[in-house]
Amino acid sequence: MQDLSSYPLELTGPDVPMVRFMNVRKTYGDFVVLDDLNLDVAAGEMVTVIGPSGSGKTTVLRMLMTLETINGGVIYVDGKPLTHMPKNGVLVPADAKYLRKARSSIGMCFQHFNLFPHMTALENCMEGPVQVLGLSKKEARERAEELLSMVGMIEKKDQHPARLSGGQQQRVAIARALAMRPKVMLFDEVTSALDPEVIGEVTNVIKDLVTKHNLTMLMVTHQMGFARDISDRICFFFGGKIEEQNTPEELFTNPQKERTQQFLSAVKAAD
Amino acid sequence: MQWDWQFTVEILPRMLWATVNTLMAAGIGYAIAAVLGLIFAMAQRTRFRSLTVTVREVVEFLRSTPLVLQIFFVYYVGPEYGVSLSPWVAGMIAIGLHYAAYLSEVYRGGIESVSKGQWEACTAINLSPAQAYRRIILPQALPPSVAGMGNYLISIFKDTPMLSVIGVAELMQAANAIGGQNYRYLEPYTIVGLVFLIISLFSAALIRSFENWIRRKLGMY
Repeated sequence: MQDLSSYPLELTGPDVPMVRFMNVRKTYGDFVVLDDLNLDVAAGEMVTVIGPSGSGKTTVLRMLMTLETINGGVIYVDGKPLTHMPKNGVLVPADAKYLRKARSSIGMCFQHFNLFPHMTALENCMEGPVQVLGLSKKEARERAEELLSMVGMIEKKDQHPARLSGGQQQRVAIARALAMRPKVMLFDEVTSALDPEVIGEVTNVIKDLVTKHNLTMLMVTHQMGFARDISDRICFFFGGKIEEQNTPEELFTNPQKERTQQFLSAVKAAD
Repeated sequence: MQWDWQFTVEILPRMLWATVNTLMAAGIGYAIAAVLGLIFAMAQRTRFRSLTVTVREVVEFLRSTPLVLQIFFVYYVGPEYGVSLSPWVAGMIAIGLHYAAYLSEVYRGGIESVSKGQWEACTAINLSPAQAYRRIILPQALPPSVAGMGNYLISIFKDTPMLSVIGVAELMQAANAIGGQNYRYLEPYTIVGLVFLIISLFSAALIRSFENWIRRKLGMY
């Protein structure tokens, strides 16, 4: 067990990042998924994580959503610890109550949408605001309708997920996450389960978010063209570490590391 | 022995009254089992290892010993420890506990059939565990559980005659009493059989349509 007393109780100063992974380690038994990860994401920044499968890229998002516990290091969100809480002047692993409060600034969209099948598109988007944020049904409905319009799903608001295509479900899922007004949005391979012809309708919504809203975003994707178009920075993960990170322009045209070059040419060959 | 219609008509009111008692016993027993079973199922999913193991053992015990023994135990052994219960109360406790064990397994199967992604979506919109269960998980666990729950409803109904061993005035007990008083068993027992047959068939059909209705209602086609 490492010494937590060396970690600050909160981040201060002029350049506090929206998200900071500090020496984060994640293992499953003997298998090391992420080893000593250090990564900052600035407010309003769009960072895309790429890499071969098993490189730990999805785990990065899942740890940030608190779906996975970490085995070392600390994650900070908006200057405050997420995975830990201050107690008697030092950080200790966060309890359920603290986690629930801390994760409220984070939203996530999943590869398989995970919409609530027994609720309509509108009800899916109202659930969190009503149950968690305590909005009235009327307020929640207005917010949900506004977001469903934004993702182009207002006409299908009374449909259950089973009646929607994959692309439509994913757009509803994005609206559902946004309804919680997160500061950080996580997109975990949101186009991987979609038919090729509907990928565009989802990526367009995300592009819209990037240009029109000041959200901090972390994305895992296999759509290299899409990642290149919209990201401020690309992180290439390999073997549980960030092998290389740079602006999309630099990373795609002038990769420095051999493994990055190999990965990019393999992806290109597959396209 | 010839079927005696006049005798049948004579005993019918008493048999009907007993039918009401049987339905009440099944209904109350099932209500206890339904609630207690859910508690058993949820207790087996908590982080508290000792609670999980204890409940698991209790469920195994209840499922592995005969109901009639459990009825005797509550009714006859209870008083030796100062717990004297009326036949009705003892019977309802025994049958409720017994079927709670079975129903907890049905619920557990239903809850486990809900995908992990649903839990993760609940975390992502920050629902509390209680809200996640109540609003998201249990409604989805219901449709796959309805068939099993229905089977046990019919089962508990057919097991109510066991309550006659401690003198609960349900159908079987009434039939035995009528038979003993009149030395005629054909009519009362036939009526018992018919009542069970009709109500079981009717319930099975009702459960099937409820299952379809709930799937439609929850948007799961």
